[in-house]
Amino acid sequence: MRSAFNEELLKIAAQDDRIYMVLADIGYGEIEPFAEAFPDRFYNCGVAEQNMTGVACGLAMEGKIAITYSIANFPTLRCLEQIRNDVCYHDQNVKIVIIGGGLAYGSLGVSHHSTEDIAIMRSLPDCVVVCPADIQEARAATHAMIEHQGAFYYRCGYKKEPDLHQGQIDFRLGEAIQVSDGSDVTLIGTGTVTYRAWQAAELLAGEGIKARVISMHTVKPIDREAIVTAARQTGAIVTVEEHNICGGLGGAVAEVIAEAGIGIRFKMIALPDQYVHIVGTHEWLLDYYGFSPQGIANMVQDLLASGN
Amino acid sequence: MEVIGPTMETEKLEEYQELATKIRAHCLHMTHRGMSGHLGSMLSMADLLAVLYTSILQVDPQNPDWDERDRFVLSKGHGGAAVYAVLAEKGFFPMEWLNTYYLDDGKLSGHISHHVPGVEFSTGSLGHGLPVAVGMALAARNDGKRHRIFCLMSDGDCNEGSTWEALMFAAHHRLDNLIVIVDYNRVQALGKMENVIEMEPFAPKLHLFGWSVRGIDGHDYEAIETTLSDLPFEPGKPSWLLASTTKCKGISRLENTVGSHYGCVNDDELAEALAELGVSE
Repeated sequence: MRSAFNEELLKIAAQDDRIYMVLADIGYGEIEPFAEAFPDRFYNCGVAEQNMTGVACGLAMEGKIAITYSIANFPTLRCLEQIRNDVCYHDQNVKIVIIGGGLAYGSLGVSHHSTEDIAIMRSLPDCVVVCPADIQEARAATHAMIEHQGAFYYRCGYKKEPDLHQGQIDFRLGEAIQVSDGSDVTLIGTGTVTYRAWQAAELLAGEGIKARVISMHTVKPIDREAIVTAARQTGAIVTVEEHNICGGLGGAVAEVIAEAGIGIRFKMIALPDQYVHIVGTHEWLLDYYGFSPQGIANMVQDLLASGN
Repeated sequence: MEVIGPTMETEKLEEYQELATKIRAHCLHMTHRGMSGHLGSMLSMADLLAVLYTSILQVDPQNPDWDERDRFVLSKGHGGAAVYAVLAEKGFFPMEWLNTYYLDDGKLSGHISHHVPGVEFSTGSLGHGLPVAVGMALAARNDGKRHRIFCLMSDGDCNEGSTWEALMFAAHHRLDNLIVIVDYNRVQALGKMENVIEMEPFAPKLHLFGWSVRGIDGHDYEAIETTLSDLPFEPGKPSWLLASTTKCKGISRLENTVGSHYGCVNDDELAEALAELGVSE
């Protein structure tokens, strides 16, 4: 996915000389084409994320579209105050791109796990939060990110994730994409783990359970209509996210359902509110924490059986 | 230190002095009215601001967003009232706005705000001004624009790691359209600098980091004007001006005190301070 992002950005930058990449010494093997094509719009700040974000803000204040780019938490948590005070408060056109959301960098450990980012970034006023589910979404989201005026958080995958969507999608910021229809329960996912939610829906179909699958690529602003419609039509919602259970997609969906006053069966499938103290690859960790297709399917069945 | 040229015309000297006194008086009133703090941080840079806004910065009060304006970033946002005062005196916004500083539904917040005409950037948490100023300088240079970027910082600002990240970047990219002025009053929130984080030898540090550094008395109008009239200090290097100042300059009983960082004056002290400044109200 990260290659798709960089390919699209390169294409857009060729047409728009306002685009700057401002990095903190991360991106080996991916960012070189941009650096070679646009050397006067490519700045490696060194290992200095606060300055990276401040410089990006200063560039944006002079009419540029500045993209900060790094892995996991580096361009968010390390420089969160710069994002808040400088970028968001001044409503500047800075795009914060992370590579490897969630547990993507599995065996590298907790320092490289981005598992609180959605909650934190969506709490920043005027900051859009997007987590593409597959490469097609990632390409479309790159264009949407540049077209959007203002702060934007883009949570990119790390490797060649499987395609969630079979046909062409109509990607619009703030509008969820329905992957498959169903009337018994709705699985709402965000980011690359949505594919596993879809696989779970396939397993559920074998059990006679018709599950609707929605890709909520934009966590903020969230698609209220899609959530309320799903709640009313299916009566049960399960959120699936590679993120701490506090404040992420599940929280955002729960806020909508609660405010709409709809009583439904509801479950958040997310990471437990604890750090990862074990070692493993991305896929292994996902399975360990219950994100295997069968694990998700089991939790959905438990919810439907509970009647709560 | 640069050799100072011929003695400044008395008229100009008086103009600076008069404006600096007005800035100080406004700050006294504003902080007194709001019972807010940071009086010492405001008064130490009043002379610098008087010269900057009279003779150095290319800005237009009638057109604050003029594209070719010099950018002025106050990184020590806690001293914002002094900038509000000079902006009001220069006609960027109505003088009455100063009376609303720090108050309910006021026009002017305690830390400097970009919602005010003439203010480039909001700060308040230290270490934010320089990285943003660096980004502005980079954009100006790449776009072939001639305006300069000034960043006025406190010595406490220089405790922040982000400041050092930014100054390394600025030197590496030879941003000679960038000028840092440090209001070097050597007093920070909890104590004198020598008891918190001693920055000395300050100038040599910056020199070794690739900046062109000069030091002046930050209350000497002639030195401020002369030094800032010939920029950059060296082609191909960002300029760093260490302006040695006195915390709460002008109010002798509060000068160089740690208490003046968070402090303001009470009713009796206000009258006494205004009298010392030689203003009637």
